[in-house]
Amino acid sequence: MTKSKADEEDYWNSSKFKAFTFDDEDDELIRLKESRQAVNSIQRLVEEDDDEDDVEKVSWSGEPVGSISWSVKETAASNQRTDREPAFPKIPTDTPSLSKSQSGYSLSSLFKGETALSDSSIRLYAPELRKPKSEYKDYVSDWSPEETIQRLQQGKTAPLEKFRSLQDKLLLLDFAVSAHDGNVITAVLIYLKRTLSKEVLFRELESRQTALRHFIHYLTETKDQRLLLELLRALGRTEDVALLQYKEHLSIADENKRRDFLKSCLSLPFSAEDSAHVQDHYTLLERQIIIERGGKVEIFQKFPRRASILNMPLITTLYYCCFYHYSEPEGTYSSPLNIRQAFKISEKQYFVTALAARAKLKAWLDVDALFTSRNWLGFTRKKSPLSFQRVVDVLQKNSAPTQVLQDYVGLVEDPDMRISLAQKHKCHDIVINTYRDMKDRQQLLGYRGKVGRGSAEERKIDELLNNQQIRWKN
Amino acid sequence: MANSARRDSPELPDFSLLKRLARDQLIYLLEQLPGKKDLFIEADLMSPLDRIANVSTLKQHEVDKLYKVEYKPVVSTSDQLCFLIRPRIQTFYACEAVLEEQGMFGDVTTDEWAFYLLPLDDDIISLELPEFFRDNFLAGDQRWMRTAGSALHLLHSLYGPFSKVYGIGRYSKMAYESWREQVEQGEQRARQAEIGNVFLIDRDVDFVTPLCSQVVYEGLVDDIFRIKCGCVEFSPDVTASDKSVKVMLNSQDKVFNEIRNEHFSNVFGFLSQKARNLQTAYDKRRGMDIKQMKTFVSEELKGLKQEHRLLSLHIGASESIMKKKTKQDFQELLKTEHSLLEGFEIRECISYIEEHISRQVSMIESLRLLCLLSITENGELSFVTSNYGVDHLLTFSNLRQLGLLVEQQPGETLTVMESRVGKLVNDKTAGKLTDAFSSLAKKSNFRALSRKLNLVPKSDEEYDLRVPRDMAYIFSGAYVPLSCKLIEQVLERDGWTGLEEVTRLLNGNEFAVTGQITSMSDRIILVMFLGGCTFSEISALRFLGREKGKHGPNGCSVSH
Repeated sequence: MTKSKADEEDYWNSSKFKAFTFDDEDDELIRLKESRQAVNSIQRLVEEDDDEDDVEKVSWSGEPVGSISWSVKETAASNQRTDREPAFPKIPTDTPSLSKSQSGYSLSSLFKGETALSDSSIRLYAPELRKPKSEYKDYVSDWSPEETIQRLQQGKTAPLEKFRSLQDKLLLLDFAVSAHDGNVITAVLIYLKRTLSKEVLFRELESRQTALRHFIHYLTETKDQRLLLELLRALGRTEDVALLQYKEHLSIADENKRRDFLKSCLSLPFSAEDSAHVQDHYTLLERQIIIERGGKVEIFQKFPRRASILNMPLITTLYYCCFYHYSEPEGTYSSPLNIRQAFKISEKQYFVTALAARAKLKAWLDVDALFTSRNWLGFTRKKSPLSFQRVVDVLQKNSAPTQVLQDYVGLVEDPDMRISLAQKHKCHDIVINTYRDMKDRQQLLGYRGKVGRGSAEERKIDELLNNQQIRWKN
Repeated sequence: MANSARRDSPELPDFSLLKRLARDQLIYLLEQLPGKKDLFIEADLMSPLDRIANVSTLKQHEVDKLYKVEYKPVVSTSDQLCFLIRPRIQTFYACEAVLEEQGMFGDVTTDEWAFYLLPLDDDIISLELPEFFRDNFLAGDQRWMRTAGSALHLLHSLYGPFSKVYGIGRYSKMAYESWREQVEQGEQRARQAEIGNVFLIDRDVDFVTPLCSQVVYEGLVDDIFRIKCGCVEFSPDVTASDKSVKVMLNSQDKVFNEIRNEHFSNVFGFLSQKARNLQTAYDKRRGMDIKQMKTFVSEELKGLKQEHRLLSLHIGASESIMKKKTKQDFQELLKTEHSLLEGFEIRECISYIEEHISRQVSMIESLRLLCLLSITENGELSFVTSNYGVDHLLTFSNLRQLGLLVEQQPGETLTVMESRVGKLVNDKTAGKLTDAFSSLAKKSNFRALSRKLNLVPKSDEEYDLRVPRDMAYIFSGAYVPLSCKLIEQVLERDGWTGLEEVTRLLNGNEFAVTGQITSMSDRIILVMFLGGCTFSEISALRFLGREKGKHGPNGCSVSH
């Protein structure tokens, strides 16, 4: 007891925490105590007091445990939460009424406050608090590493500072890991981080994967980037180091600085695949900065853009350029073809994007040109890496006129699909021609009822139906 | 719900007790700060808090003004500021270390409001820890294990004692251990058990199910509008007015309760039938005399109006779902998913996914499909990342870490991969090696599991979705969710016997423990998903409960 008392003094002298000052706050604290009592059931409170009387205890300040002033200070302590590990080794913090002097209530101590509830099931739950007698015996905190971990798990205080040898520290860590309690693992790690040199800590963590992951997560959450990088380097996890450094670009707002930062990332040891992505990322941003400055004024006036192109994804950039810079010569950075080349965008991807952009602008001639290719004889024909059904879909969503739509509906290969699309978009000619090609008289007859009376379509159907040359299949 | 199917279904325990506990704990904490105080609440906590307390409760305990926590300077005239925040750095130890480093220690007091479990419905309890999944499965941080154990302990104390605990997964084991220790440290009292059996399952045992598009009503509502803490916000296009409406979705909503577990294809029919009935009920007014009218107004009108409101809401939601889904070629998406589950026409699936990506339909959906492809095919793709790579390098890195995305060189099979591990030992460092091993360990053996457990019913048979014959109905009859199938099998066999091959494919970590107390009430089963579960799975378990006359309340930490 004496020893631990001396330790206390040491602690307070060396600690940067100031000792408690209660004087000005006494009133407040008494009220606090009262409110606590209010939620405790009177009956149980009496029982607890009895317990405390049985065991004569003295707190570190010399006041008998259980006295009013002691209790008030204890409450203050719990309120101030300064009672870190070695603060109150002598206080039997497990006495029910004292149990909140730890960092973090144990579940049971919280339920202590619930006794105002009359429900019996809660009562059943609370008695857990009543067993700490066994723990009264050691006011001096001579808990073993294992006991220490158990206490921490239960949300009680336990001083870690007394574990000074590496062996003890590692025992603590290993017990924490085998208890599967992430909170406790982290608590021990914080202590080890403070008291072990990096080299030793890293070395020991290498063979303790669970603890290592907790440490990495802790460093990530506390944004201790520097130490985290050191750790990963020490572990030889170079790709993680690279990714972590790369991740920092997210916090750089200025585009020029960000670009320069990305450039500096290029030399980091990424995996081959990631490396290519980072290179692309840099090239893209560099290009976006240039694109952002250029462009003809008229189109921006006519279709004001919703956002800057900076930091947008590649496909969005391509779309943007297809929208605002479509006809620029291939040599310029903002030309869609140039982008397609530079980033090796697949033909399909390029088509989908260009189509969407030009259709949005209702530039039907551009759409037409997109699909038109010339063979060596000079004939034009329409080709698409995308199914024409999908093309129709895109055009129709951009409310393309029927004349435009029918060109593409007619190109849909599957006749059934073609008919259903043609019917949907009222491309009568295509429906009629397809039924003719299928020699399906019945269907054609049926369709006659769907076109306008006396319309050109109706006349066409009649002509076909009267045509003796066609060998109808039905 | 389940009660209507089988008269002898057991009564569910009264979980509202959990709410009372949480509220009283909050009050207790507020009383620790006597005097007037301003309360700052984190946005994420608003909904859970609403379920537990209301403003007048807070006012009674001297809370003056309520604010939302934001990243900006606090303006308040109060002497005491109380912040109710989600534990970003959950550990009190870590939290205190940060406060100490920032020189704030002593100025700030911290306390824990351990509400553990929030009952979201008669049969759903949630830890409301969206970060659980990420912390555990991505960062490998076990900080929530004690919380999970304590939650279990709370249920055990209030509704137990449990007689049997089954489980599968590393974290399930840990949660079980943590719970067991807490039980040992506490006292046991004999009482009438309300929950007999418990099933614990790690989310990573079954990643396939949450990757599938949901098609039961509640699942669809979640996919499209996001159900948070049992609440959903319907946008103006649903409410057919100019503002959106926040609605609680639970069994109290009579209309919702009847359609929540239904396959979407049945919902329209049901709703229109309901609408017709409602019309008839209203029409009764015609020809009534004054007295009859008076009775009608006092007795029926309120109920009818209420039903009318609910009905129009859910009809609006269904319409909105239909509109969104048809715009996206939902049918094709489903077809692709089903093919992937069946392992059929993989080429077509890949080209569909490729097109899906290039059309930039939906980033999340593309990723979902990619992961599904990767898991069901044991990872055989390397072509796609280039399209999203630049923007989502870090996303992909995370997905790989989770084992949701496994990239391999084309043609490289699992066995080749395994034989290469030997080579890795020589030229890669220790950390890299464990990564390689853990990613191997995470290899999903979905195809083999699917065969063993019969997860994909034969497709040539007609499946009547109106009369579901098994849990596959939640995925249009195409797939029985792996997680639920495991639960069914283990409960049926009362353990893992006969499932040795299955557990081997799932990387083990299964357990089945019998307690000393044999409970009479083994018909109420608590299923706890560590890392969250989908509404489809809940529907499937409700179906299972109806079939077997058991109840499966799902204590799940929701994280989507």
